[in-house]
Amino acid sequence: MALSKTEQNDTERGWQHDVYDVLRAHDVTQFSYVPDAGHAILIDLSIADAQVHSIALTTEEEGVALAAGANLGDARAVLMMQSSGVGNCINFLSLMKGGKFPLLTLVSMRGEYGEGNPWQMPMGQAVRPVLEAMGVICMDVCTPDEAVPTVDAAATMAYKANNAVAVILTQKLLGAKAF
Amino acid sequence: MAKQDTAGHAPKFEMDRCKAVPALIGNHEDFLIVSGLAGTSKDMASLTGDAANLYTMAGAMGAATAMGLGLALAQPDRRVLVITGDGELLMNVGTLATIAVLNPSNLSIVCVDNGHYGETGYQKSHTSRGVDLEQMAIGAGIKMTCTVEREDQLGDASRLLRETNGTSFVVLRVSPEEPPKVKRLMEPAAARARFRNALLGRP
Repeated sequence: MALSKTEQNDTERGWQHDVYDVLRAHDVTQFSYVPDAGHAILIDLSIADAQVHSIALTTEEEGVALAAGANLGDARAVLMMQSSGVGNCINFLSLMKGGKFPLLTLVSMRGEYGEGNPWQMPMGQAVRPVLEAMGVICMDVCTPDEAVPTVDAAATMAYKANNAVAVILTQKLLGAKAF
Repeated sequence: MAKQDTAGHAPKFEMDRCKAVPALIGNHEDFLIVSGLAGTSKDMASLTGDAANLYTMAGAMGAATAMGLGLALAQPDRRVLVITGDGELLMNVGTLATIAVLNPSNLSIVCVDNGHYGETGYQKSHTSRGVDLEQMAIGAGIKMTCTVEREDQLGDASRLLRETNGTSFVVLRVSPEEPPKVKRLMEPAAARARFRNALLGRP
């Protein structure tokens, strides 16, 4: 029987669990996402955690606005999305830039290193330019060892210094998808 | 023949928003408030004297409802009111589904529906052409909904906004007339700091 990603990870605790712990250590209580294979473990951990809100979005820009509302009420949010979702967020990022709202987003990449699906390439290649154009600081994670320190650094920059920060989980880290 | 709405008749866009919005909201201090761009932000800045329990917007069209959700989840002991127009709500109407799944009991949403995009010159919106936002909210799974198009319906709707059994949603149909003219804080970071200072005692 095929194991789900979470079940596989119950036997071998991966970097995703450590990233979740870092987010909780930063007192993140709102985990928003459009379902995505690259974030499946983090999403499942947030669903299983009674101390947090796990928020399934219909489109990624809702997660940007959600993070702004969370900040008005003194809570911390993280937006987990695939690279294609970055394109859906652009106009709402003006709220973060203009309002100096903190934003932490984890972006699981498609359309770059080793990609075989041509539909993923345009948005994948545009992720960093469009985020940077909207004032979002981008930091890459290429190996499992980099994941925890990068998310920790990004969370500090977002929540303590009111920046919008994207942690880019590259296909070098996640592996190019076989489909 | 005009299309029928949830109540089974052709929609009436007749009430004066400058009277109907204050009558519906009542004491604004019952709420933390996020208002959508243009008309509803002017409604609320006028009603509250641009108070610190209000975060108004003038851009990021479609963001108000999801912003209210984040605030409601962050402040479970306070009532949160989102007030937005039909044009803005239509832009991210899927957020009603996101909210309905969570059904936060301290969140209320008002859509001031004038059937038009007032800010850009009163072009007809979809609600003038048969789209029923209450029906869309019902379809999303929001349990407590109503549409107000006459003054005698305002009292029940005002009570619905203060219900604690789950998220409520009110469509307030008004005529396509100008919202109040009012000065408000237009700098979004200053507005953020003002809101947080009033709520939390620090920026």
